[in-house]
Amino acid sequence: MLKSPHLLGIKDLDEESIHLIVKTAKEFKEVLNRPIKKVPSLRDVTIANVFFENSTRTRLSFELAEKRLSADTINFSASGSSVKKGETLLDTVNNILAMKVDMIVMRHASPGAPHYLAKHIKANIVNAGDGTHEHPTQALLDTYSLQEKLGDLAGKNIAIIGDILHSRVALSNIYALKKQGANVRLCGPSTLIPKHIQSLGVEVSHDVKSTLQWCDAANVLRIQLERQQIKYFPSLREYSQFFGITRQMLEELPKEIVLMHPGPINRGVELSSDAADSPHSIILDQVENGVAVRMAVLYLLASRG
Amino acid sequence: MTRKLILSSPLLEITISRLCQELIENQIQDTETVILGLQPRGIYFAERIAAELGKQLNTSFPVGRLDATFFRDDYRRRDTIAPSTTDISFLIENKRVILVDDVLATGRMVRAALDAMNSFGRPAKVELCVLIDRIYNRDLPINADYVGKSVNTLPTEKVLVEWKEQGHEADKIWLITQ
Repeated sequence: MLKSPHLLGIKDLDEESIHLIVKTAKEFKEVLNRPIKKVPSLRDVTIANVFFENSTRTRLSFELAEKRLSADTINFSASGSSVKKGETLLDTVNNILAMKVDMIVMRHASPGAPHYLAKHIKANIVNAGDGTHEHPTQALLDTYSLQEKLGDLAGKNIAIIGDILHSRVALSNIYALKKQGANVRLCGPSTLIPKHIQSLGVEVSHDVKSTLQWCDAANVLRIQLERQQIKYFPSLREYSQFFGITRQMLEELPKEIVLMHPGPINRGVELSSDAADSPHSIILDQVENGVAVRMAVLYLLASRG
Repeated sequence: MTRKLILSSPLLEITISRLCQELIENQIQDTETVILGLQPRGIYFAERIAAELGKQLNTSFPVGRLDATFFRDDYRRRDTIAPSTTDISFLIENKRVILVDDVLATGRMVRAALDAMNSFGRPAKVELCVLIDRIYNRDLPINADYVGKSVNTLPTEKVLVEWKEQGHEADKIWLITQ
């Protein structure tokens, strides 16, 4: 049983809850491999997917998870809505809730938006990404995918490589991995690694090759150009020269590592095409597990009524 | 709280053997019959039935594990129950399914299991085999085809089945009065 009626971030989640979600997700993955991939659990639950920011994978994944659980779903995206006419976040959500909606899955560009909402409304809230802050379901599906490959994560070396500064995936993953006792090393240009990040108990490196040698798994992140108002490095070409990962680099390693990426990939920048499509990569497993993990989160949150 | 032993070895082995005789009498065949144990505790009983049938007929029957947690009708009406693993590595389409559980009480779990089973195909026939039948406790029109022992219990009483496979010293079935 989860302790909170919301999933706002991994920061507030204890290790026990992470394990409960992963264990439940495992059972849902089995459901997703049945000839009939649907269970009736959430048939009396209505869920609104409220997306103030663009999304492909997360949104489809949540929508599919909701449908597999037999929930009724409505979709809202900020473009083409009354948000453009000046409606506040709280008014928008309260109007949606007035239509008897039980759960809100929200993505918002402002960090803390779902936390604010959780204080003011009654529905269960799932954070599907709030700005550069957290993306809890991504960290949970990364945990699940890693556990499938590496087993218990305690003592394992996990590297997060790329644009850490603008990444909500990085922060949620750091929390999740540290709670499970993994060693975490961040790697990227010094301009893209937040100051004082070591206070979360992680190491920092600026050398991709030695980081790859150290780690059991590498989670590679995209350069989020859309969030960068200033230049953090001279050019994408230079970035990929210093921090891009190629298949050759993976094959020269003494042991086989697991390669992850939350998507969307910028092929040729952080990952070369042959690395992204190599046997090391579990990128598509992550997407598959995403649906199961989101089913588990929705199932466990909705059960609190 | 008092507990009363209602079934244990060697009577339990005799009961299992007798249930298998009944199944054989009803012409089950290894080619078209599959056994599905209902999670969480029916799986141990299913394994016992399958082993005994295998011994008596000198063959083996496919045994699967079915978890019906996601099909329960009391979701959001009580505390969440953690799901168990479903493991069915064979087809049940057009097969004769022997659904096995330890205790039949309200019949709601069997109802959920019948629904859950539909996700794996359309069986030709489904029969229910239970170790303990708590008569007069039913909420739904469901009955077992093969019954180990019928007990008349009050709604306040509970039947607890302990299997060796779960780490208990011996197989014991208790009636617990609160």
